[in-house]
Amino acid sequence: MPKWSMVIDLEKCVVCQGCSIACRMENNTPVVTPELAGEGREMRWNDVFPMPHVEVGDYPNTKTHYMTRPCMHCENAPCIKVCPVQATYIDEEGLVRQNYDRCIGCRYCTVACPYGVRYFNWFAPEWNPTIKQHLNPEEVSSGSGVLEGPAVRPKGVVEKCTYCIQRLDNARQRADAEGRDFRPDEYVPACVETCTGKARFFGDLENPDSTVSRLAKSERAFVLLEEVGTHPKTIYLQEGE
Amino acid sequence: MLTIGKRDKEVLLDPLYRAGRGFYILLGVLIIIMGWGLFMYIRQIVFGLGVTGMDRPAYWGMYMVNFIFFIGISHAGTLISAILRVTGAEWRRPITRIAEAITAFALVVGTIQIFFDLGRPDRVLYLFTYGRLQSPLLWDAVSVTAYFLGSIVYLYLPIMPDAALLRDNLPEEAPPWRRHLYKWLALGWRGNRTQWLRLEKMIAVMAVLIIPIAISVHTVISWILATTVQPGWHSTVFGPYFVVGAIFSGIGALFIAMTLTRRALHLEAYITEKQFRYLGYIFITMSAIWFYFTYAEHMTQAAGQLAEEFPILASKLWGPFSASFWVMILAMVAAFVVLVFPLLLPDSWSKYRIFNPRFTLANAVVAGVAIVLLQVPGMQRVVANLSPGLPPITLRIIALVAGVLAIISLLPWLKRHLIDTMVIASALVLVGMWLERWNIIVPTMVNPRLMPSSWYTPTLTEWSLFAASIALFIFMFVLFFKLVPAVSVWEVREGRVIDDVRSQVPMPAPEPSSSARGAMRRSLEETEPTY
Repeated sequence: MPKWSMVIDLEKCVVCQGCSIACRMENNTPVVTPELAGEGREMRWNDVFPMPHVEVGDYPNTKTHYMTRPCMHCENAPCIKVCPVQATYIDEEGLVRQNYDRCIGCRYCTVACPYGVRYFNWFAPEWNPTIKQHLNPEEVSSGSGVLEGPAVRPKGVVEKCTYCIQRLDNARQRADAEGRDFRPDEYVPACVETCTGKARFFGDLENPDSTVSRLAKSERAFVLLEEVGTHPKTIYLQEGE
Repeated sequence: MLTIGKRDKEVLLDPLYRAGRGFYILLGVLIIIMGWGLFMYIRQIVFGLGVTGMDRPAYWGMYMVNFIFFIGISHAGTLISAILRVTGAEWRRPITRIAEAITAFALVVGTIQIFFDLGRPDRVLYLFTYGRLQSPLLWDAVSVTAYFLGSIVYLYLPIMPDAALLRDNLPEEAPPWRRHLYKWLALGWRGNRTQWLRLEKMIAVMAVLIIPIAISVHTVISWILATTVQPGWHSTVFGPYFVVGAIFSGIGALFIAMTLTRRALHLEAYITEKQFRYLGYIFITMSAIWFYFTYAEHMTQAAGQLAEEFPILASKLWGPFSASFWVMILAMVAAFVVLVFPLLLPDSWSKYRIFNPRFTLANAVVAGVAIVLLQVPGMQRVVANLSPGLPPITLRIIALVAGVLAIISLLPWLKRHLIDTMVIASALVLVGMWLERWNIIVPTMVNPRLMPSSWYTPTLTEWSLFAASIALFIFMFVLFFKLVPAVSVWEVREGRVIDDVRSQVPMPAPEPSSSARGAMRRSLEETEPTY
């Protein structure tokens, strides 16, 4: 059973925000107006933002550190521990998943997540006509009433990055149709595929020879907020000064 | 056939069948406010929670503050009445019914806040069908449900004999539904020995059971916050801190409800100053414990200066939340002063001229003007132009001295008006406790990790639903006391019997005190002949 993990090399990241846009198109996150975005209602499962309170150097020779941040898919996820109805859960492959059909919208998970990667549907989602024609029609539903991935969310539920679980589903089905075993290197999320600087790596952390396993052992490897004990599977490689 | 004394009947039972114009005006106003709230709630359901001021990262806001506040108020009743019953405090008798009613209705209003806050209120039953017992939110659902059911039973049990009394003394002109209601509520109560024994036993058992449940309720609410890893919430002191705050604000609500009920229903002969004085002592105790916990919580954060926690404390002490923080502290200190200082004032001091309300007013005006000159922007320039030699420090000293004098000179008035004092202190405490919850929830929400600080302002929707919640609380309270006497009739009668018996026990005359002995000796010496 693979343990999915992502490694992001901050040295290579050029802050183009391509991952953020690819994620939006792949996962049908609603687009909000600039006014609403100013009110803190924007949704970016994969956000790119300047690190607050971290500036190096004196004016005018300052440097800001940028961070690109999907869900951390923590092994010890605070959001799962607090969910009262098991709308969010971790599967055996280590993906922290969100069931839109179960979520009651109490927002306890959004409050408990120290990374702020969970988003709430304050309004019913809206798209302009052009984008609406190109919505990703894929849905992931396993069992009764489990609805995940890019399926269009109703208002009042929480959503989050799934490491593009629909792509994993598709890759598995393709392997099944071709009558062979599924290989962990057959699937990457949209942000990894699109990354301009090839700064993102994705794969199986259980396999010691995979790229992510080797990079995770690098001296530059670190995880965000290690001190809160969440054991993230999204791992970063440090940027040189 | 149960009977009731003429005076008790006139004061306690007869008003149940009468309603003046004021009653209907009050109901009308409350219904308008609730109707507006309902409209705003439907609007929120139609458009989504985006109509509130909540956002990312302030995922929780005023609804959560109100939830904690109302559930806190609910500790007024059952807990206080249960503790007083268990400890056999005789003075509790006239106020238990009011206290227990507050509990039941505050719990209803508190639970409604959850519906306001949920993104999908239609799925609320998932809490029971898919509930995960590992989630603190489910602990809360379990413990609030247990507390609500327990409180309803605990409210209902002592009503049974009173309902039988009402059933047997129904006036001719009473509508038939009342006859059915009281018959149903009395549950075949005839007042025989077996029934009394069972009722007393049942009440005693419930009183003991309800105390741990009540304490669990607010502890668990605090754990909703404390079990997360968010800075400012992850604190071990939260459990007892919240329970103390809940009881504190509960007594405040009880004082206000007692006073208003007493005045509206003319219960002066039943709810006397004795109840206010004794409950006041508990109030002072809770105030002291509240200060202790507040200090402990903030002092450890200030001394530790953890990189993530300290900015949140700083935002309260001198940052954007300083207004709500210091108003809270000021309200609590003022409540403590109002409660305690009159007790310390010797009676003989009231002969001095400064203990006079007019002097208070004058000083308050001086202090107010000085504060306005100091605080309002642009005023500093005016001051500088008027009197160039007057530095701000002088104004500060004037404000301080005038303020202190205003409070001191008010003390004898407070001492004479015990009930008004309690109402003033209660109002201050309720405001302070609401702000305390605000100061716990919002600063942590708007200062998240990995994100710049943001701000949260409630919108009209949130304020409307807050107003509607208060209106609903008053509405239920007022209607309830049109159906059931506000004072537990049988308990008061029982108390009278106990007092009667006590008065027949011969008490030894007081021994002469040392000063009295001295006076006696002197008078003896004076009568002795001089040699």
